[in-house]
Amino acid sequence: MTTEAAVLPGARYTWGGDEFLFVEVSEAMSLPANFKVMSIAGRLSEARLPGIVDICPANASLLVRFDPDILPPEQLETAVREIERDLMSHQERPLETRIIEVPVWYEDPFTAEVAQRFREGFHQEPEGSDIDYAAKVNHLKDAAEFIQRHHEQPWLVSMVGFVAGLPFLFQLVDRDKQLEVPKYLSPRTDTPKLTVGHGGCFGCIYSVRGAGGYQMFGVAAAPIFDPDQALADFKDFMVFFRPGDIVKFKPVTEAEYNAIQAEISAGTFRYRQAPVTFELSSALADPEGYNRELMEALNGI
Amino acid sequence: MAFEIGNPGLATTVQDQGRTGHYNVGIPQSGSMDQYSAELGNALVGNTAREAVLECTYLGPVLTTDSDAVIAVTGAPVKVKVNGEPRPQWSRLLLKAGDQLAFGVIQGGTRYYIAVQGGIDVPEVLGSRSTYSLGGIGGFKGRKLEAGDVVPVGAPLNDGKLPPAETVPEEFRPVYAKEQEVRIVLGLYDHRLTEEGLGNLLNGEWKVTPVADRMGLRYSGPGVSWKEREQPFGAGSDPSNIVDAGYAVGSIQIPGGTQPIILHRDAVSGGGYAMVGTVISADMDVVARAAPGTETRFVAVSLADALEARRDFAERRNKAWAALGANR
Repeated sequence: MTTEAAVLPGARYTWGGDEFLFVEVSEAMSLPANFKVMSIAGRLSEARLPGIVDICPANASLLVRFDPDILPPEQLETAVREIERDLMSHQERPLETRIIEVPVWYEDPFTAEVAQRFREGFHQEPEGSDIDYAAKVNHLKDAAEFIQRHHEQPWLVSMVGFVAGLPFLFQLVDRDKQLEVPKYLSPRTDTPKLTVGHGGCFGCIYSVRGAGGYQMFGVAAAPIFDPDQALADFKDFMVFFRPGDIVKFKPVTEAEYNAIQAEISAGTFRYRQAPVTFELSSALADPEGYNRELMEALNGI
Repeated sequence: MAFEIGNPGLATTVQDQGRTGHYNVGIPQSGSMDQYSAELGNALVGNTAREAVLECTYLGPVLTTDSDAVIAVTGAPVKVKVNGEPRPQWSRLLLKAGDQLAFGVIQGGTRYYIAVQGGIDVPEVLGSRSTYSLGGIGGFKGRKLEAGDVVPVGAPLNDGKLPPAETVPEEFRPVYAKEQEVRIVLGLYDHRLTEEGLGNLLNGEWKVTPVADRMGLRYSGPGVSWKEREQPFGAGSDPSNIVDAGYAVGSIQIPGGTQPIILHRDAVSGGGYAMVGTVISADMDVVARAAPGTETRFVAVSLADALEARRDFAERRNKAWAALGANR
C-alpha cells in the first residue's frame, strides 16, 4: 500500500532567532508525521554536521539548535531540505527500537490527593475524578473501560522533553480510537512524580514533580529519570526513554506496586523490554494486528 | 579551599556557560542568565570564560572563605561588603582566610555574580557545572545553596596569573535600565497572529511581571489576537495551541493571547503553545537583566541583522577581555 507518509506535504522551515531552525512536518499529529520527524532527525544526526548543537525531534516537528559561527543558517537549511527530499524518494526505513512494559497503578492515592487540591477553577468537572471525566468525554461506560483502553494497545514515544526525560506518548491505534481528553482549565502547580497523564491526544509520564496541566490517571511504579543512575536500566544515561520507544502499560495492584518499590530500593528492578523492528506501513495497515505482533516480543522475557 | 555559606540568599546557584546536547530529552541549557557579566567576573580573577560562578538573585548570600581568595562581583548593581566594609563592584577583590562577604540591597537589574579564582569546583554533570534545579542535577547537589553548605573552589589557573587590569572600565559594563528594547526575529508561528495581534506585539508597551525566573519572563500589556481556525488534530482547543513542539530558547509564546512569555535558560524544552518569534542571541543577556516593571519594546529584525548583532556582541565581549589584558 502507499503509506500516508508519501502524501504528507513538504515541511515548513522557519527560524527561531539566530540559533534555531524549526521544521514543521505537519500541523496535525499523526503517526506518519512523527515517523518522518524521526527519520529526518536520525539522518541529520548521522550526517554529523559541525556546528549542530542539539537535534530535538518532537511530535510533528523538529527543532535544531546550531552555532551560526560554525554552520551558516542557509547551509543547515539546505542540508535538512536535502534529507527531506531524499526521504520522499526512498523506501521507508524500518525503525529498530524496543518495546517496554511500564507497570502503572491506576487510580492511585498520590494523584487522587493532588487532584483534590486542584478542583474548583482548575478542572472541567470538579466534583468527579480525572479518570471519570476522561471516560465520559470519550463516550466510554466507566473508568474501568477507560483504563482498559489505555493499557490494552501500546503507545509510541513521539517526543521526549518539556522537563528532563518526560515522554510524550501517542497510542498506536486508528484516529477514531484515539483517546482525547482536554487538559486542565488552568495548570496545576503540583503533579506527583511519575504521574501517568493525558492531554489532547497525548499521554505522558511526568518524570519529576512539578507543574502540569494533563489529566492524571495513575502513577508509574518505577523511575524514568534517575540522575544518580543507580538502577541497571540507567547505567548508560540518566534518562530512560528515547523517541521511537514503544510502551505497553501494565496495570498493577497496590501490592504489586509495593513489591516493585522494594525491588527499586534493593537496586534489582529492571524494566521488561525487548528489541523490535517497527514498520510504519504495517502499523498503518492493521494497527491492532500489528500491535499483537509487537507485544509478543514481551512474552517469555 | 571553600566558601562556607552562612545565609544562602534568595536563590543562589552555581552556573557556568551551560549544558548543550541534551535538550532533545528535556534537559535545558541552564548556565548564567547574564553570560556577559558572569564571564567578565571570570576575566577579573584570571579564569577562562568557562569556570563556574555563583549566581545571586536579588538577595545575595553571606559567605565566609576558609582560605585567601581572589574574587570579583559583577552584574546587577549592589553594595558589596567585606567584613562589613564597602568594596567596589566590577573589580578584583582580595579576601583573607576568614573574611566574610555580604551584600546590600540590589539597586537595579536582577542578578549579580561572584567569580572566584579557580572557579566553583563542583563536579561536572553532562559536561557542565550549571544547576538545573527542577531535574536536580549539576551545581551544588542539584539545588540552590542552603545555609551550612561548604562550596568547593578550584585551584588557580595559569599558575595563579592575574590580568594586569583590576577593574572593568565603565564603558564595558552593562546598563540596567527601566526601559529596554529587545530585538526579536519573527517566525515559528507568527503567521497565526492576526494583523492586529502582530501590531500589538511590536508596537505595544510590555512590562515585565513579577512572574520571571530562570525558566522565563512573563510580560503584561495589550494582549494579542489569534486567527480563528479549525484546530489541527492533537493541537488542543485554544487558537494559541499547537501540537506539542520543541521550544527555541528565547522564543516568545503567548498562551491564550494575553501575556507573552520569553523562555530563558532553564526553559521547558517543549510544549503546546505557539511561539511567534525569538529573542536574538545577542539580547538574551539584556532580557536576563530585566527586573519586574521594566518597560519593554519588541523590535523585529531580520535573521541577517541578528547575525550581525551576534558578531558585534562577540566583538564587544572580546574588547572587554582585551581591555583587562585577559585571555578568554
